[in-house]
Amino acid sequence: MHRGKGMKFVGDSRIPAGRKPNIPKDYSEFPGKTEAFWPNFLLKEWLVGAVFLIGYLCLTVAHPSPLERVADPTDSGYIPLPDWYFLFLYQLLKYEYAAGDFTVIGAVVIPGLAFGALLLAPWLDTGPERKASRRPIASGLMILGTLATVFLTWESVEHHDWEAAADQGEMLDQEEQQAMSQVDTEAAGYQIYSDQGCISCHGDQLQGSGSAGPSLYNTQYDAATVQDIAVNGIGEMPAGQFDGSDEDLQTLAEYISSGGNPGSGGSGSGESSQEGSGDESSGEESSGEGSQGENSGGE
Amino acid sequence: MLQRVYDWVDERLDITPMWRDIADHEVPEHVNPAHHFSAFVYCFGGLTFFITVIQILSGMFLTMYYVPDIVNAHESVKYLQGDVAFGTIVRGMHHWGASLVIVMIFLHTLRVFFTGAYKKPRELNWVVGVLIFFVMLGLGFTGYLLPWDMKAYFATVVGLQIAESVPLVGTLTKTLLAGDPEIIGAQTLTRFFAIHVFFLPGALLGLMAAHFIMIRKQGISGPL
Repeated sequence: MHRGKGMKFVGDSRIPAGRKPNIPKDYSEFPGKTEAFWPNFLLKEWLVGAVFLIGYLCLTVAHPSPLERVADPTDSGYIPLPDWYFLFLYQLLKYEYAAGDFTVIGAVVIPGLAFGALLLAPWLDTGPERKASRRPIASGLMILGTLATVFLTWESVEHHDWEAAADQGEMLDQEEQQAMSQVDTEAAGYQIYSDQGCISCHGDQLQGSGSAGPSLYNTQYDAATVQDIAVNGIGEMPAGQFDGSDEDLQTLAEYISSGGNPGSGGSGSGESSQEGSGDESSGEESSGEGSQGENSGGE
Repeated sequence: MLQRVYDWVDERLDITPMWRDIADHEVPEHVNPAHHFSAFVYCFGGLTFFITVIQILSGMFLTMYYVPDIVNAHESVKYLQGDVAFGTIVRGMHHWGASLVIVMIFLHTLRVFFTGAYKKPRELNWVVGVLIFFVMLGLGFTGYLLPWDMKAYFATVVGLQIAESVPLVGTLTKTLLAGDPEIIGAQTLTRFFAIHVFFLPGALLGLMAAHFIMIRKQGISGPL
């Protein structure tokens, strides 16, 4: 084929002046049994693609993509977790000499070396040998890197509390939302709830905050049990959380056992009364929840 | 008829070389799973491309409903998933495709590495391929925030903390991505949307074009 200097074109175009007939390379010029890409090989490729697509669609149908409740930046108790393909980095930054004062090592040096070496592999492994077994250093480092990534991802998955993670992000259904909107933040019990610091773990609407504290607006405990828990703790909640008069403790326990709505007499029957206070407190909800009504109305 | 149209265009634009690159060439035996089953490892690159096409198509449909602001983002995703016909399928494909494309590109990288296909004269194509890998990770990171739910928000907080811990350029990088050195909020969401939908896909298309042109220019690497 004629190339470069002396080649003639039509005008200033890229069309060669002399037209060459389009004859594909002969099969005999390739080693082994070759196959035409179009249409023979493409048809087989299409079949592989179709099988793959079926598996892909099964996955989509069997596991709908997750959606947690709307982001609440003030919820400090939420345990974060990146998408799975970043877990190796997330886990690396948990080790003593890759975190804290050594964050630079975990966040820059180690990933930088690994990904830098990957990017520059052709110049690090310049030998003519292509077989993996004949270049043991390059192959060994790649296997080591892959195993390290798999190990770190595995460790991260092992250490994560998946049940707590599922609970902390769950979207509230209609009934729970209504129960929560009944929380009376004007009551004397709420003042004590706030002053005693319960609010920092159980939230300003008794909604709880992820792993730090469970929600209280639909608690099943009666007032006496709540009094006991506030003083002596339960599960991960330490003892001695309440520090005040017995009278206050009584008010607080009644407030909580009623689901934050002492006038209604219980969390279960909370819907019937106290319409006024319910409306008041729903106005104080976060902007995301407040917008739900108007948005779904528009749609 | 089709042949006459082809000839008419070919006479004016000389499209035959392009047609040869796209379709009219030979597939050597050593990469054809019909001859050697172990050659299925050569499918990973094609499957990566296949998922990328699905991601682009499903993403285009998602933007018909998605609203990139902090008040409506979560609502629009919920509406898309719950009320729009096939919305859950389209979002599901985009969600799972994001994971599958990382799996496939990783397997493709391992295949190219262990067959030594990145060696001379294909060094540049390897570099472009690794850059595509980085762009894919960037797409995964920015796309994760867009539903604006709890896990999205806090994963982004952690990601940006890691970016911030880089010496010298850390705070600058975080400000560039989040729109503010401290707050992760409305600006962060719109910036991540812009990066996810315009900047990175643009880079991805350019890099993929370079990747494929180089493959056709150099041909597939020979048998081991």
